[in-house]
Amino acid sequence: MRVLVCVKRVPMTGGTIVLTEDAQAIETKHLGFAVSPHEECGVEEAVRLVETHGGESVVLTLGPPEAVEQLREAMALGIDRAIHLVSDGGEWDPQATAAAIVEAIRSDEAANGPFDLVFFGNESADAGGYQVGIRAARALGRPVATGLKGVALDGAAVRCEQEAAGGRDVYVLPLPAVLTVLEGLNLPRYPSVPAKLRAQRKPIDASTPSRPDARLEKLRLVVPEGQSKEAVILGEGPGAAPAVVEVLQRIGVA
Amino acid sequence: MTVLLLAERTPEGLDERTLQAAALARRVAGGEPVHALTVGGGGELAGELGEHGVATLHVAEDEAYAAYAPVAVARAVAQAAARARASAVVAAGTERGNEVLAHVAALVDQPFAANCVEATAGEPALVTRVRWGGSLLEEARLHGAPKLLTVQPHAVAAEPTGGPPATVEPFAPELTDADLVVRVRERVAAAAGGVSLADAEVVVSCGRGAGSPEGFGIIEELAGLLGGAVGCSRAVTMAGWRPHTDQVGQTGTKIAPDVYIACGISGATQHMAGCRGAKTIIAVNIDPEAPILARADYAVIGDLHEVVPAVSAELRKARGG
Repeated sequence: MRVLVCVKRVPMTGGTIVLTEDAQAIETKHLGFAVSPHEECGVEEAVRLVETHGGESVVLTLGPPEAVEQLREAMALGIDRAIHLVSDGGEWDPQATAAAIVEAIRSDEAANGPFDLVFFGNESADAGGYQVGIRAARALGRPVATGLKGVALDGAAVRCEQEAAGGRDVYVLPLPAVLTVLEGLNLPRYPSVPAKLRAQRKPIDASTPSRPDARLEKLRLVVPEGQSKEAVILGEGPGAAPAVVEVLQRIGVA
Repeated sequence: MTVLLLAERTPEGLDERTLQAAALARRVAGGEPVHALTVGGGGELAGELGEHGVATLHVAEDEAYAAYAPVAVARAVAQAAARARASAVVAAGTERGNEVLAHVAALVDQPFAANCVEATAGEPALVTRVRWGGSLLEEARLHGAPKLLTVQPHAVAAEPTGGPPATVEPFAPELTDADLVVRVRERVAAAAGGVSLADAEVVVSCGRGAGSPEGFGIIEELAGLLGGAVGCSRAVTMAGWRPHTDQVGQTGTKIAPDVYIACGISGATQHMAGCRGAKTIIAVNIDPEAPILARADYAVIGDLHEVVPAVSAELRKARGG
């Protein structure tokens, strides 16, 4: 089977978010980057499916030249090769992102045959648009199930589970299909050192799509006010226990 | 502009997040009518929707709506928006609200702004939306027609207007078999367990500072004494120490307890996005500079391995045991 997983490079924010001077982005000078968390589970699931059923796994990203790091991380977990849509670092809105990904999928499928499954994160950690996977599925004419925490292949269909009030909702989709997943779907492995070295030699197919005008057009980012407090220090060490219990009693939970 | 509101139902009636979305829908409408849509029944909600400023309730009737099918709901939204001549469609930013509006956006090939906290009508519309699970806001221009947006849950207060019941207009949406390929086939009930993290009144959580899976023993003990649930950080679940269902955070569970006791939790934005709903936060941290001290109401500076058992012992003492 052929499986594609789409990932996004996002900064690993610490305790406080600091913006660039023009308020167009997070100041990342002192930050590391990672694959957005939900998609990390998509990578793991793609690797497991191909380990079990055979075939090829591919990772795709639309991101700046530095996003090669995230493609290599995915390949270190076992993905076979990568497609890099190199952006200028500017913001691609969800519609433009989906359109570029769909074009890349069509072009890869024309050469190598259809992907049985295409994984997306349910929403990216940073922009949180909740739509790229659904848009791509519509453009490709494939069914899509979202917010998944369970995926099991069953012949020419895939059984999907989504958390719902009081349990899990089950969907059964014919292949080929698009799935958007959530963290918790699986526990991603840690890459071994040999796997990291192998990843350095795996192929990356790079191209540079042009960015259309945004129709959801970011003007600026704002750090919300009123998040900061000054904690009342109840004490130091175990001697503070009576003061903690007093607070719990006052609130009425002790 | 006329606005169509997608109303989500619960077994008890209207989802409270729909009423919050109704408040923002009225702002976008700017005095023009607000219509609402329910699928597979819901006419009995005309009174409650009217009280929240909805003039007309479109009820999409088709037996297909017995099971949730996102594309079929999106078709009804697109057709109801056309019937109402709506210039904007608003839904609650729930999992389903976001899913359905993304399908509508894909069907009509228009932009969609998820999880807005503010929106002003205009061409283009101006929206303020949530990023990073609420740690950051984005101000944006929303182009296209109709404007498609969802409302961040619990960010906009519901505003009853005391209006008369909405006029109910049933209609039969045009659906194809392809619209029903993706639908809920069955609901598997969750195993009955202890206190659910999302609904717990007290949550006691711990980060990597627990040291090991066994290190959570003292956290479980304190949570047990308080009748609460155990939570943890993302680092803990990624290490495989606790199941993902215990994770508090942007990509884990969003909690809203009366008291959140965060032990050895540094206060990364990823974590804080999950506990913004906590009424009181008590932090136990060895580092007096930890970012969580700027988010907590109370703090104990110290080693959680000493402080947590001392709090449990003190609680027992206070109860005379």
